[in-house]
Amino acid sequence: MQFDSWQAFWHMGGYAFYVWASFGVTFLAMGLIVLNSMMTHKKLLKEVAQEAARQQRIATAKQATKQNLTGEEV
Amino acid sequence: MWKWLHPYAKPERAYQLCSTLQPYFFWPAVLCILVGSVWGLAFAPQDYQQGDSFRIIYIHVPSAILSMSTYVAMAVAALVGIVWQWRTAFMAMIAMAPVGAVVTFIALFTGAAWGKPMWGTWWVWDARLTSELILLFLYLGVMSLYGAFEDKQQAGKAAGVMALVGVVNVPIIHYSVEWWNTLHQGATISKFDKPSIAPEMLWPLLIALLGFALFIAAVTVMRMKNEIIRREYHRPWVKEMVQSAKETNHAV
Repeated sequence: MQFDSWQAFWHMGGYAFYVWASFGVTFLAMGLIVLNSMMTHKKLLKEVAQEAARQQRIATAKQATKQNLTGEEV
Repeated sequence: MWKWLHPYAKPERAYQLCSTLQPYFFWPAVLCILVGSVWGLAFAPQDYQQGDSFRIIYIHVPSAILSMSTYVAMAVAALVGIVWQWRTAFMAMIAMAPVGAVVTFIALFTGAAWGKPMWGTWWVWDARLTSELILLFLYLGVMSLYGAFEDKQQAGKAAGVMALVGVVNVPIIHYSVEWWNTLHQGATISKFDKPSIAPEMLWPLLIALLGFALFIAAVTVMRMKNEIIRREYHRPWVKEMVQSAKETNHAV
């Protein structure tokens, strides 16, 4: 290691603010875009599942009314 | 010769490919960025002129180089989409734009944080910095132009033309330090002759560069998957895929 102590490491030879701000913002930005992509993925999958369930409900409801109507006629 | 490529124009196959590649991009990216950063921050020797402030190089240079490479990749996708009318190529294009913008932002931010202690200013309107800022605006422009169209095939074409026109900016960024007399220093590693950097400093930089490249690839395939689902919303294969994903989740 290039530094004598942890304290010296965090101090970064007097450039602590600039170095740590750079690394901090970089990892934050990278984390945020990964998080955003993952959450969008989850949301999309949920929406597709909901849409499929809706279609299913509509189909069964149609089937039911059809049966009811034909049942009444007989 | 290029026949093997054709099936991947189909969104379903492209989705499968993205899913397969995702972990192979993501985890090595995390590893490389971690190793590169720790090595660069703690173990690389100090710069004799800049002291410890030079350690910003381990994120600044990878992000700056790759902000340009990502733009070129995005423009190639746009060209393929426009010439061969591949829907999936436009999806790849728009998947790359946000991560490209993030990487460009990182390059600008770390550049400012490095410029302040070394040049005494956060920002100057010199050729290198200004052209990199224009790159950020190009990414944002492609994204917002794509978002502005309801018909996504039209959106792809419009944003694709913008991406292609913007390519002219990439060589300007690269050669700006040679063409104009600027505050920004010249190239360190992307020179054809020997790089002007000590090997103990170069290795962590190359590892970080690889890490950033893999990271961009990982985010691109993630966002590509999202874009495919968004565009293929009502197709049966999407529903089946969601259904089977649910079942495996329940099984676990």
